[in-house]
Amino acid sequence: MKPAPFAYAKARSVAHAIELLVDDDARLLAGGQSLIATLNMRLSHPALLVDINGVGGLDRIASKNGHIEIGALVRHAQAERSSELARRAPLIALAMPHIGHPAIRNRGTIGGSVAFADPAAELPACVLALGGEMTIAGPQGSRIVRADDFFKGLFETALTARDVLTAIRIPAAGADTRVGFAEFARRHGDYAMVGLAACARADGQRLRDLRLAYFGVGSTPVRAHHAEQALTDRDIDAAVHALAQDLNPPDDVQASGAVKIHLAGVLLRRVARQLDQVPS
Amino acid sequence: MNARVHDIIVTVNGEETRATVDARKTLVDFLREDAALTGSHVGCEHGVCGACSVRVDGAVVRGCLMLAVQCDGARVDTIEGVADTDEITDLQEAFIARNALQCGYCTPGMLLTAQELLAAGGVPTREQIRVHLSGNYCRCTGYQAIVDAVEAVAKARHSSQGMR
Repeated sequence: MKPAPFAYAKARSVAHAIELLVDDDARLLAGGQSLIATLNMRLSHPALLVDINGVGGLDRIASKNGHIEIGALVRHAQAERSSELARRAPLIALAMPHIGHPAIRNRGTIGGSVAFADPAAELPACVLALGGEMTIAGPQGSRIVRADDFFKGLFETALTARDVLTAIRIPAAGADTRVGFAEFARRHGDYAMVGLAACARADGQRLRDLRLAYFGVGSTPVRAHHAEQALTDRDIDAAVHALAQDLNPPDDVQASGAVKIHLAGVLLRRVARQLDQVPS
Repeated sequence: MNARVHDIIVTVNGEETRATVDARKTLVDFLREDAALTGSHVGCEHGVCGACSVRVDGAVVRGCLMLAVQCDGARVDTIEGVADTDEITDLQEAFIARNALQCGYCTPGMLLTAQELLAAGGVPTREQIRVHLSGNYCRCTGYQAIVDAVEAVAKARHSSQGMR
C-alpha cells in the first residue's frame, strides 16, 4: 500500500504543465483524491506527477454572459459554500453534499472529478445534465468540448495525455430552470450504486429541454432519452418503463443490473417530483 | 525540478520542520516517520477510513491522499498540536466521559473532524453530526456515543457563548 517511485514537478502555469506533460507516463495531479488512492494501491504507476495545485487563476467561480464558469481547481468545499453556485447553478449545489466526505471535499477539485470521469461520480452526470462545456488547454492552444462529446468511455474523455482541463462552463439558471438530484449509496458519501441528475425548463405546467443523466449505470454518465420524452409528456409510469430501453447497467459488486434498473426507476419518481417544484 | 527526492519546509504544529522526502511519501507517513508524530494513524491508505485525518492550512484532509512534497510551505496541524493548544480539551473529555472510544484507533481523526464541524458554529443536529463524521470509520463504538459526545460539546460551547 505504498506508491511505486515517481518524480514530482510543480507546474508554475498551465503552459508549464503542458510542457511537463511531454514526458511519457506523466500524470496531472490536482486534488489527488482519486489519483493518490490509485497510486497507493499501485493501480497506477506514472513516471512523473505534474502538480497543478500552485497554478494561479484556476480556482475562481465567475458569471460570464449567461454562463457560470467554474475553474478546474475550485475545491468541492469551495463550491459547496458558494452563494453564486447556489443561485445560478442549483444542480451543482444539490449534488455537492453527496460527493465524498468533508475531508475529501476540502481537497478534491471540480476539474479533477470531471477529468477523472468515474462513471459512478456525481459531477460528470451533472455537467451532462446541464449541457455544460469543458475548456481545455493543450499543446495546440485552447478548445471547448461539449459534455455530450466529452465522456468517451470508462475513465476515458476527450482529454489527451498532454491536455489540461482548465474550466467547466454551464448555462446559468434562470427563473424557469428546474433541477433534480438523487442517488442511492450504502453509506453517505460513498460512490452511488445508481444516481440521477436532471435539468429542465418549466413551460407553464410542462417541462421542456429535459435532460436526465444517470450515473453508476455504465461506463460513462448516460442520458435517458426515451424517459426524457415520456416525462416531457407528463407520463411518469411510461418514463420509468422506458428506462429499460435507455439503460443497460452491468452487474457490479454493489448490485445486479436488474436491481440498478429498479433503483433507477425509484430515483426517477423522486427526481420528477423535484422537477415540478419552483425553486425557493 | 523533476526529481524523485525533494527538500521541504513544513510548519508542523507551529514548528518549522525541514526534511528531505521521496516524492512518493504520503503526508501521514512523513508525519509518523520523519516528524515522529504517531497520533495520526494509517488505516486503509485509500481515503475511506479517516484515521489519518490532519489539518493542512486549516482544512481537515486525508493524510494518505496528500503527498508530503505537496505540503512544502504549508501549515500542518496534527492531533498532537491541536490537543496541546487546548483547542479540543472539552471534546476529548466528552469522548472519555461517554465512552466514545474503545481501541482509540479512529479517535484522532474523529476529534479533528468533529472539531471542524463544531468550529463552524451553532448546534448541529444529530443527523448533521452523523453526515459530517460519515467519512470516519469506528469499528468499536457503533457511533452512538461519538454522536452523543459531539452533540454535548456543541451544546455546551453554544450555551457558554450565550452567557458571555
